[in-house]
Amino acid sequence: MAIPLSYNIRNLAVRKTTTVMTALGIALTVAVLLAAFALVDGLRVAFESSGHPLQILLTRKGSDSELSSNFARTVFNELKYKQGIARSAKGEPLASLEMVTVINLVSQEFPEGSNINVRGLTPIGLEMREDMTLKQGRWFTPGRREVTIGNSVAKRFPDAQIGKKLKFGRGEWDVVGVFESPQLARNSEILSDLNQAASDFERTDVLSSALIRATDAVAHQALINDLGYDTRLNVLARSEKDYFEMQTSSGDLVRYLGTFVALIMAIGSCFAAMNTMYAAVARRSKEIGTLRILGFSRRAILASFLLESILLSLLGGLFGILLVLPLSGITTGIGSSVTFAEVAFQLHVSPQIMLKGMVFALFMGAFGGFLPAFSAARKQILVALRQV
Amino acid sequence: MDDVVIRTRNLSKEYVRDEFRVVALKNANIEIHRGEFIALMGPSGSGKSTLLHLAAAMDRPSGGDLEVMGSQLNSLSDSEIARWRNRHVGFVFQSFNLIPVLTALENVELPLKLTHLKKGERMQHAATALKLVGLDDRMGHFPRQLSGGQEQRVAIARAIVTDPDILLCDEPTGNLDARSASEVLTLLSRLNKEFGKTIVMVTHDPHAAHFATKVRYIDKGELLPEGQAPEDWKALPN
Repeated sequence: MAIPLSYNIRNLAVRKTTTVMTALGIALTVAVLLAAFALVDGLRVAFESSGHPLQILLTRKGSDSELSSNFARTVFNELKYKQGIARSAKGEPLASLEMVTVINLVSQEFPEGSNINVRGLTPIGLEMREDMTLKQGRWFTPGRREVTIGNSVAKRFPDAQIGKKLKFGRGEWDVVGVFESPQLARNSEILSDLNQAASDFERTDVLSSALIRATDAVAHQALINDLGYDTRLNVLARSEKDYFEMQTSSGDLVRYLGTFVALIMAIGSCFAAMNTMYAAVARRSKEIGTLRILGFSRRAILASFLLESILLSLLGGLFGILLVLPLSGITTGIGSSVTFAEVAFQLHVSPQIMLKGMVFALFMGAFGGFLPAFSAARKQILVALRQV
Repeated sequence: MDDVVIRTRNLSKEYVRDEFRVVALKNANIEIHRGEFIALMGPSGSGKSTLLHLAAAMDRPSGGDLEVMGSQLNSLSDSEIARWRNRHVGFVFQSFNLIPVLTALENVELPLKLTHLKKGERMQHAATALKLVGLDDRMGHFPRQLSGGQEQRVAIARAIVTDPDILLCDEPTGNLDARSASEVLTLLSRLNKEFGKTIVMVTHDPHAAHFATKVRYIDKGELLPEGQAPEDWKALPN
């Protein structure tokens, strides 16, 4: 039978200053790790929520992103009537030729400016993004220098507001509306008329990509295979969802850096926990001797002190979660390593991330507490009783 | 098994301190019978506590045989000794050694955690032990909220709660005022007379020794024959 848990909990409460200071040290370590995880998870949520399961993105073979892809209008005309492509209510194939470029916008967060995607679309392209809703204003008018901007862009860039003008291409573009989409990555784009944008950027024949929608899941895979193997077309066909998910890797650097910093800090936190527990063992030497006299084994002593260290670190883990929780929901942006444009997303502290934080804290407590607990268990009874 | 609770044959204990050999106990031979209340007396450093510690298996002898409740303690492993101690021995310290963060009731319950009793039964046993030592109105008090005499009575309750065969007391009144000391000694005497507990008490207080049924003296590591006291000590009548 183990030494009662209340013994450990009350000992932690009795030396509350030491307990809180050590727990705060652990909390900071946990918070650093969780902040990195929250950022990466927010990015993952943004990308994983994006893309239609039946849609296929076509870029030129060899291009990782739409931005670096040159997609000829002639190729698009050849493939848009392929079998398996869904039709609109009007009977038109759900196939959208698109042009993607980046412009630089200044925000308070990034005064030197960030790259933002501008996407040229035809009305069918808008129809294929049916979950996008107008939040303010109206959609851009074909043939005019007008843009409708994503909600995240409107929130973060003071120049991108209804009534203002954005300068890119050959002139100034009126901001006429703000849209919102549950596909979060879309909210970081500026949409305009394809032909007007292509004309401004002198890309009337060679654009960036095409988006097509399959009639069903079987046709979806068949189209990917068919278009991918067609050497004449020379296109790379991939699921739109896969394309977005691939961009989650943009957060890899943050994750590795955050984990690395947290691991370095964890070593320090382990020593803090170790120091606290060594002091506890030294101060409670007589109690250890007494517990042994009462019949508790060395193993019970080891388990008790190890448990106390783990409780201390779990308290730290809890503090760490409380520190990082206010970050959840904060919107920030990161440059996508695939599109070279900024993607806005919300930091996301999920229950899984909190659990990871607690497990991380638990390991810190276990590593930091083991040696002191071992030394407590190894004490000779008489030596323990005589120590003051 | 005969009624001998503790039997030693040429029991010795030596320490090495800073390369010097210190003989703490030399060829001690003693038999303590069930139901005895024996006081071990002697000057400081005479070896009386060493004998008590060996009997409680808190220390290993350097030589000789030690049999407690029929067990040869030398042959037991650490964990076997822990179990044996919980079952057969109650220990009372000079400085009480209560766990400060636990209440009187929880302190007394502690040794019962090593038994198979359920929580409710443990609490009942602990409450009974506290009632026996006259502290049933202090169960929820922490050690810091008790007087020295009360703390020692809680410690005695903790020592007897598992109903051990032997009660080993190391200067149980050493830290108490005269009145509290008398209360504690009266309690020990009652436990011996009414409940038949075998008690071995180390003391250098002649008044405390009066409560025992037998007194043995130890001087310079040697257990003196029954009835014999060190020359500079006045022997107490048995």
